[in-house]
Amino acid sequence: MRISLFVPCFVDQLTPQVGLATAQVLRRLGHTVEFRSEQTCCGQPSFNSGQWDVAREGARHALKVFRGSEVVVGPSGSCVAMMRNFYPQLFKGQPEEAEANDLAQRTFEFAEFLVKKLGVTDVGAKFSHKVTYHDGCHALRELRLKEEPRQLLRAVKGLELIETEEGESCCGFGGLFSAKFPMISTAMVQVKGGALVRTGAEFVVSSDPSCLLQIGGWLSREGKPIRPLHLSQVLANEVS
Amino acid sequence: MSDPKAIFLKDASVSTADGDQRAFIRKALGGYYVNRDLQKARFRSWEKARDAASMAKWSAVNDLGNQLEKFVGNFEKNGGVVHWAQDAAEAREIILKIAADAKAKAIIKSKCMTSEEIHLNDALEKAGYGVVESDLGEFIQQLRGEAPYHFVFPCMHVKREAISELFTKHLGTAPTNSPEELTMIARRHLRQLYVDADIGISGANFLVAETGQISITENEGNARLTTALPKIHIALAGIEKVVKNLDDLAILLPMLATAGAGQPMTCYNTLYSGPRQKGECDGPEHFHLVLLDNGRTRLLADPEQRDALHCIRCGACLNVCPIFKNIGGLAYGTTYQGPIGSVITPHLRGLKQWNHLSGASSLCGACTDACPVRIDLHHHLLHNRRNAVKTNPTLFDRVFHFGFNFVIQRPKLFAFGGKVFRTTLPLLKKLPLPYLSAWLKTRDLPTPPSQSFRAQWKDQNHE
Repeated sequence: MRISLFVPCFVDQLTPQVGLATAQVLRRLGHTVEFRSEQTCCGQPSFNSGQWDVAREGARHALKVFRGSEVVVGPSGSCVAMMRNFYPQLFKGQPEEAEANDLAQRTFEFAEFLVKKLGVTDVGAKFSHKVTYHDGCHALRELRLKEEPRQLLRAVKGLELIETEEGESCCGFGGLFSAKFPMISTAMVQVKGGALVRTGAEFVVSSDPSCLLQIGGWLSREGKPIRPLHLSQVLANEVS
Repeated sequence: MSDPKAIFLKDASVSTADGDQRAFIRKALGGYYVNRDLQKARFRSWEKARDAASMAKWSAVNDLGNQLEKFVGNFEKNGGVVHWAQDAAEAREIILKIAADAKAKAIIKSKCMTSEEIHLNDALEKAGYGVVESDLGEFIQQLRGEAPYHFVFPCMHVKREAISELFTKHLGTAPTNSPEELTMIARRHLRQLYVDADIGISGANFLVAETGQISITENEGNARLTTALPKIHIALAGIEKVVKNLDDLAILLPMLATAGAGQPMTCYNTLYSGPRQKGECDGPEHFHLVLLDNGRTRLLADPEQRDALHCIRCGACLNVCPIFKNIGGLAYGTTYQGPIGSVITPHLRGLKQWNHLSGASSLCGACTDACPVRIDLHHHLLHNRRNAVKTNPTLFDRVFHFGFNFVIQRPKLFAFGGKVFRTTLPLLKKLPLPYLSAWLKTRDLPTPPSQSFRAQWKDQNHE
């Protein structure tokens, strides 16, 4: 399959290793991976801020970039939910409506793509560590993915998966919410982060790099021992 | 400081800094989650029950005019008197007039959030009436001089010791730590007040169109006493409380109890069918119902968000909301707290002043999954944000998002901007920049890589 990578804007700039790991896993499974370098951002920050008119301008660019692609795979439940669930709303009644609906159907979150589209749960990875999993809210509630990332993690050699109290609680990121209402966002990550630390895991794994920015940022500031890692980075560790 | 947003930011800063109180609320809700899940499991299919409950409310709200007319016709046939109130002021006037005509002195109330919405107690007290809340939680909040913290559990934030102290101070009772004893203190105090009251004021959980009956559901039995002992019963309800028939009520009552309190059914479920009839020996002589609009028809006129009127005020969305659990109910500054409050308050009290509540959400969606009548709560927060931008855009946001979208349509500029951001980040961190400084106050950012993904990809793939 020819897979077009969607790399979230902040992954591009702050955590490129997530994008590279995603491509690595997909290639290992025998697929062709392309990165269309004209891509930038899905437009979610503006959409969530209520600025639908300007968000549409930004999103129109993404529609253009991915025109003609076979499938689009992104290592982020949040950006994929934007393209899958919210582009059709954003472009409703607009000339691009059909194109937006079409892209929505061809766009997949990384874990979802592996498990539901490719039918793969064992990607031949090894990671001998204790990890806990954080469900990003967009993956969990907009895309309804809960078991898929866990299936992938359970198949990783040597990995011990520990579930977290407050398992379905939001980490408090919420895009610009984290900076517009920092005291609420911080209170939320204190609750979530505290539960993650109590698992005794070495890594907190998530399929959403934006949650990891929030959780990792707080863990680092507080000097906690548990480290953030994207699901793709776990799966990229090949069994030698 | 009268700007609701400024007050909200200040109050939320104070309440989120109180780690003990936040832990107390989490612990209090811990028991609820267990019971709720136990009770949900008793349904053959909770999801199908949600469909049915949602349909029951949809069918009534989408035919609101006819259903209200039908309800009122039957209610009047039963001997009740209906009053229509367009807004809070009208509702207060109606109730004050009933009280004045009856030469009432003492008024007892059972739990009624709609009365909080119209600030009824203030108006009654100013007019010289003695008003007492008979719901234990509301009674405690009244003594504390504080608004309800949660529209189902009004004093869930108050510790037992504080209640004991409150009773000692106001009622002169001996300190105790036993919940049973505290309940008995309130009960002994309230018992005589029911007998002395000239008027009992209640809310209504549902108005049954088919029969003209009012359904009130409660756990303490205080609503029964409030409505049965005084000579006059005044019920106050929003117009959206109507349901078509008893079959619909039969699904909504258990859904309300399970979703809201983790109970199979609330303890007392009463259908009120009008005042004392000829030959009956008890019940009120006069039965008034005040039907309140207060912005509800405005919400009804919005097809996108109309389903917010389906709300049965169970409080399930508050109980799962991480915002509510961390800022607490009082910080909202609204009658209805939590996600449903953030959705409807802009409709009831103005989008311009109350849109900040829609912004104060990570849009996690836990509320929408919890709602027994499937109100699309977190997406309505998005809709409010969009509508606020349409009607009242702020300059900073306009410039920021225009700029952001200008950049993301130009990949070269985006890559260049990203590079500038990464290389100057150590400097930027020291500047008082919007958003960035707020983030950095409590959280770090990853050390930026020397090369972006796109640059590394180009190198590795020789593109």
